[in-house]
Amino acid sequence: MNTSRMLAVTLRQVYLIRGSFPRVLPLFIWVAVDMVLWGFLTRFLNSIANAGVNFIYMFLGAVLMWDFFIRVMQGVTMAFLEDVWSRNFLNFFATPITTMEYVGGLVLTSIGTSAIGLAVMLVLATAIFGLTVFAYGAAIVPFLIELFLFGIALGVMSIALVLRLGPAAEWFIWPIPGLLSPFAGVFYPISILPHWMQCVSYVLPPSYIFESMRTIIQGGQASPVHLALGGALAVAYVMIAFWLFHNTYRHAMRTGLLARYSAESSSY
Amino acid sequence: MEFNSHVLSVRDLRKVYGPTVAVDGISFDVGRNEIVGLLGPNGAGKTTTISMVLGILQPNSGSIHINGIDLAKNRTEAVGRTNFAAVYTPLPGNLTVVQNLRIFGLLYHVKNLDEHIEKMLEQFDLQKFRNTKTGVLSSGEQTRVSLAKAMINSPSLLLLDEPTASLDPSVAREIRGDIRKFAKHGDGGVLWTSHNMYEVEEVCDRVFFLSHGRILVEGNPKTLPGEHGKRTLEELFITVAREPLTLEEG
Repeated sequence: MNTSRMLAVTLRQVYLIRGSFPRVLPLFIWVAVDMVLWGFLTRFLNSIANAGVNFIYMFLGAVLMWDFFIRVMQGVTMAFLEDVWSRNFLNFFATPITTMEYVGGLVLTSIGTSAIGLAVMLVLATAIFGLTVFAYGAAIVPFLIELFLFGIALGVMSIALVLRLGPAAEWFIWPIPGLLSPFAGVFYPISILPHWMQCVSYVLPPSYIFESMRTIIQGGQASPVHLALGGALAVAYVMIAFWLFHNTYRHAMRTGLLARYSAESSSY
Repeated sequence: MEFNSHVLSVRDLRKVYGPTVAVDGISFDVGRNEIVGLLGPNGAGKTTTISMVLGILQPNSGSIHINGIDLAKNRTEAVGRTNFAAVYTPLPGNLTVVQNLRIFGLLYHVKNLDEHIEKMLEQFDLQKFRNTKTGVLSSGEQTRVSLAKAMINSPSLLLLDEPTASLDPSVAREIRGDIRKFAKHGDGGVLWTSHNMYEVEEVCDRVFFLSHGRILVEGNPKTLPGEHGKRTLEELFITVAREPLTLEEG
């Protein structure tokens, strides 16, 4: 792995974001809107319900973590799509860069962009609604790491999909977080889902994280087994995602898809 | 040993897309300080050949050595010694000239990058556009930026796919001069495709014509037409495009 080449991929995104207000705004605006919306909703729920739980931690904390996961995933996919939109693939892949270095550069970009989103969410949630992540104890660290890894995995799988099916397939990747959220149990326990949905939940790392968060809010302890399972699944997804991207790239090299990559080049 | 004397050695290169044979077992070399023209009608296999040499398209069979390095076995090392400019792959228009040069300099791991960038800006008369977005430059200026990018790593092998297409004759002449300077004063070689036979005759030391993925004729662009009973290179080109069998039989 050559760090100079990885940094080149990240630097391109820094240049793009730094010089463009329309690119800077989405880094934090939607997560800020979510924080404000869910913050007032949870405050309202706290005022009318006597459920024995603080809805700010139950819902606002969950939204914060879920939005962080989405920002991580989109950090990878948006950086990749910038290259799709500017038809930059030939320029990049005709250099000595490897697929691992390219994806590594996208991941570095995602670390930066998701950190901005997370920081804005933490400031708003803490300053306006009194949410403190320390309430989740030391478990907040594995929660964030596992969500980060799963976000990276889904981001890389998504870009493999766009590379394989062509630029028009970008519309497949935007709804992915929305499709996963009912199974991930962001707002409710997995146990209320029908059996077949629970089966899907068990293979999604966020399910274990949100179950653990609810347990902590209700006065319990995060299950080390759940944390370990969520972590192992997240690592497995990352490995599968990198393998998938590398193989999709090899396929694109064999078939000529990479050399002719444009809106019309896909066979679909 | 044979491969080390050339910046590019291609042997029995073949690429097949389903039933279509795009490149049919071609072999050729590009020597140091040599400009070689890869000519042929649309669909002859020129861009497919260049894509394989650039390492973005995997051949079905055959070998490519760049500066003696086997592309199939050591892609990173081999591709690091090349660079390219093509009319169909503009640099990202949403970055400035300097930003583009910096990014590609990092990708090619260029040492003393700042110095190299300044040298390229000066060589291609781009100083006044250094902080201008590449996308808003004229065609000629964009081509100069592409060439600056293509030479940022002082490549052993420079691949140029119709570099002067869409340029006015005056700018095209300057660009040809820059490329000739690159080939004659360094230790690199150039593989060049163009549909402008006047340009090819002026610039190339050697040319070969591709038709249906095969090399049909090869030689000095100044003497080649006469060797095949044609008056000009353009006439020879038209024969390659329309009546390739007459040349094969000859």
